[in-house]
Amino acid sequence: MSFWTRHQIFEKNSIVLIVGILLVIAIGGLVEITPLFYLKSTIEAVDGVRPYTPLELAGRNVYVREGCYLCHSQMIRPLRDEVERYGHFSLAAESMYDHPFQWGSKRTGPDLARVGAKYSDDWHVTHLTNPRAIVPQSVMPGYPFLSATEVDPDTIADHMKTLKAVGTPYTDEQIASAGADLKAQADPDNAGSDAFSKRYAKAVVRNFDGKAGTPTEMDALIAYLQMLGTLVDFKLYNEKANLR
Amino acid sequence: MWFLAPCSFERESAMPQPSISKSMTAGESGLAVVFAVTAFLCVIASAKALDTAFAFHAALSAAASVAVVFGIVNRYFDRPAELPPAEINGRPNYNMGPIKFTAVMAMFWGIAGFLVGLIIASQLAWPALNFDLPWTSFGRLRPLHTSAVIFAFGGNVLIGTSLYVVQKSCRVRLAGDLAPWFVVIGYNFFILVAGTGYLLGVTQSKEYAEPEWYADLWLTIVWVVYLLVFLATIIKRKEPHIFVANWFYLAFIVTIAVLHLGNNPALPVSVFGSKSYVAWGGIQDAMFQWWYGHNAVGFFLTAGFLAIMYYFIPKRADRPIYSYRLSIIHFWALIFLYIWAGPHHLHYTALPDWTQTLGMTFSIMLWMPSWGGMINGLMTLSGAWDKLRTDPVLRMLVVSVAFYGMSTFEGPMMSIKVVNSLSHYTDWTIGHVHSGALGWVGFVSFGALYCLVPWVWNRKGLYSLKLVNWHFWIATLGIVLYISAMWVSGILQGLMWRAYTSLGFLEYSFIESVEAMHPFYIIRAAGGGLFLIGALIMAYNLWMTVRVGEQEVQMPVALQPAE
Repeated sequence: MSFWTRHQIFEKNSIVLIVGILLVIAIGGLVEITPLFYLKSTIEAVDGVRPYTPLELAGRNVYVREGCYLCHSQMIRPLRDEVERYGHFSLAAESMYDHPFQWGSKRTGPDLARVGAKYSDDWHVTHLTNPRAIVPQSVMPGYPFLSATEVDPDTIADHMKTLKAVGTPYTDEQIASAGADLKAQADPDNAGSDAFSKRYAKAVVRNFDGKAGTPTEMDALIAYLQMLGTLVDFKLYNEKANLR
Repeated sequence: MWFLAPCSFERESAMPQPSISKSMTAGESGLAVVFAVTAFLCVIASAKALDTAFAFHAALSAAASVAVVFGIVNRYFDRPAELPPAEINGRPNYNMGPIKFTAVMAMFWGIAGFLVGLIIASQLAWPALNFDLPWTSFGRLRPLHTSAVIFAFGGNVLIGTSLYVVQKSCRVRLAGDLAPWFVVIGYNFFILVAGTGYLLGVTQSKEYAEPEWYADLWLTIVWVVYLLVFLATIIKRKEPHIFVANWFYLAFIVTIAVLHLGNNPALPVSVFGSKSYVAWGGIQDAMFQWWYGHNAVGFFLTAGFLAIMYYFIPKRADRPIYSYRLSIIHFWALIFLYIWAGPHHLHYTALPDWTQTLGMTFSIMLWMPSWGGMINGLMTLSGAWDKLRTDPVLRMLVVSVAFYGMSTFEGPMMSIKVVNSLSHYTDWTIGHVHSGALGWVGFVSFGALYCLVPWVWNRKGLYSLKLVNWHFWIATLGIVLYISAMWVSGILQGLMWRAYTSLGFLEYSFIESVEAMHPFYIIRAAGGGLFLIGALIMAYNLWMTVRVGEQEVQMPVALQPAE
């Protein structure tokens, strides 16, 4: 019986065909994906990396909602020009709390993995409101409506609980004080800002959009942008620690 | 809608048989109850919704559920006591209604998707067109464009042709009575929810898997029913062998289900809100995403459309498939190798090197089955090449296979790490995608629809072959403008980013590379505009085919007993 005759078992039996298809397509995915859940280089813990603060998380949700990832990557490759243009190449650990990841696939605009602390808050407010006011050749859309929309401090704790359920290590204390923390991060005069700073290492407390009152989506988005890539101190980072 | 009404030969089946008393089938009553309950639940969800987008979608679902209940009851009162029989006079009584529906929807979504593509291409050339409003900005329209062309246009073409091919090649009527309608209407409702969601900012931001959790759940239900309808039709086939095209359709349906379930597990913040968080995070999420993303290309945009190639090209050229053995090798090699290729989207990222190298290696190997399939499609014309001169529909189908060959050479090349270090993040990727999407998927779909519409509406032929010719040349010119603009801009971009001065400084700031793209973005928009014009010509041609086309009288009328 030749190979071609034997193949008829697939051609004459739909269930065998389906089982065959399932087996054949399972192999590649299993080999490539499963090890990523236990290999040291993919689950390394790096000093400084922490979950997002409530305000940063709200800002990240704005970033996701507006589809920023469609034009901005957050993944610096270890190539000479990229490292010189954007900074140290991105580590796996730096996006370990990203549900979903925002590495992106296209740079219509520049990479944002280390945009934090590169520009002033004022620059961001002006640029997000009208990009061409500050960069005449820019093709980015304007987002003036962000300043007009307030962030809801009451629901952010539910978001953190959900993230905790999918593996982000938020403490009960962080979740309990989420609403207060959200307001405190955008208001340096707030009584709770010291307690907030203790809960989140390296978190910046500033009035990001320069306006008083409940934080807006502009505050939240800038808080997120200003922390991107700032958590790991590369003077102290030991590259050899995770070599295999 | 008159254009969805069954042809005369289908209606013949429904000749009243007074002896049988009419009653609702289990499917009719069951579905009516299910949707009545769904409508009720959706009203509650709408009232309790935490955000306006969710309230809107719940209300939309409630309205749709009520419409479905009405539709089922209305159909019950209109129909004769007996359901259409599986056979009439020993010939299969094919079910063409759901296929007509998908053909109309494919044309509608195609034009909508191409139009949104033209808008966002123009926004990149002239950013003022974003209008500073949330629902008109590039970031929300881009997923609308990709989903409209891939899942709405492509999906309707795939579902429609698969339901046609499986009936014809198995020589049986489609399985199920309401089930096929559930699939085609349910799928288009998924598109509606996904698309309106993008405009309202509802997205989980995973490329080509943007719809949120509730749309994903609905799609899962629809897809399982689709698989069951397709499989049940194959199981009751009258042919001993399952035809090649059906293997590819089956691989497409099964694998898309696996990919959808693997990539999308998410936990909603509240069952009354649209926002959810994906279970996977960081690097694992990245790998899941591009395992999904690349195989959405491999199984949705390739395997499914290869099934179209394997049925429609032999049919139109009136020649057998070039090599049956080649199609066996093509099939297994393609589905085995494709699954591995995902990591080439993540070259030089934090993904481990070995995974990237595996992805690259398998991508290069993938070139072989891809070209094997292309050869099988092209060589099917041996002995019938002269038809390319006279039949613009066949020309469209054949050129689509040529574009398939070109993109499946370009793809493996771009997956090589050194090439990718230049091409990644640039417009070259966009150009590559569109040579596949416009040239291969677009043209093979157009060719299939040009064949399918006269067949299912029982017309002698198309309204105008001359218009098909115009469509072909206008769209081809559009594609050439599009992809060459993106090649130039992509390579230019990549080179500018890595250019150094003689003193060892980066030569260009990022914004200088943005500025350099402007002329190419205009050319690209012009190319997209031409492609859209071609599709409008097609829609007119198909409309006139259905409206004024001459009825085909191929169906032999049953012999009347002598009196």
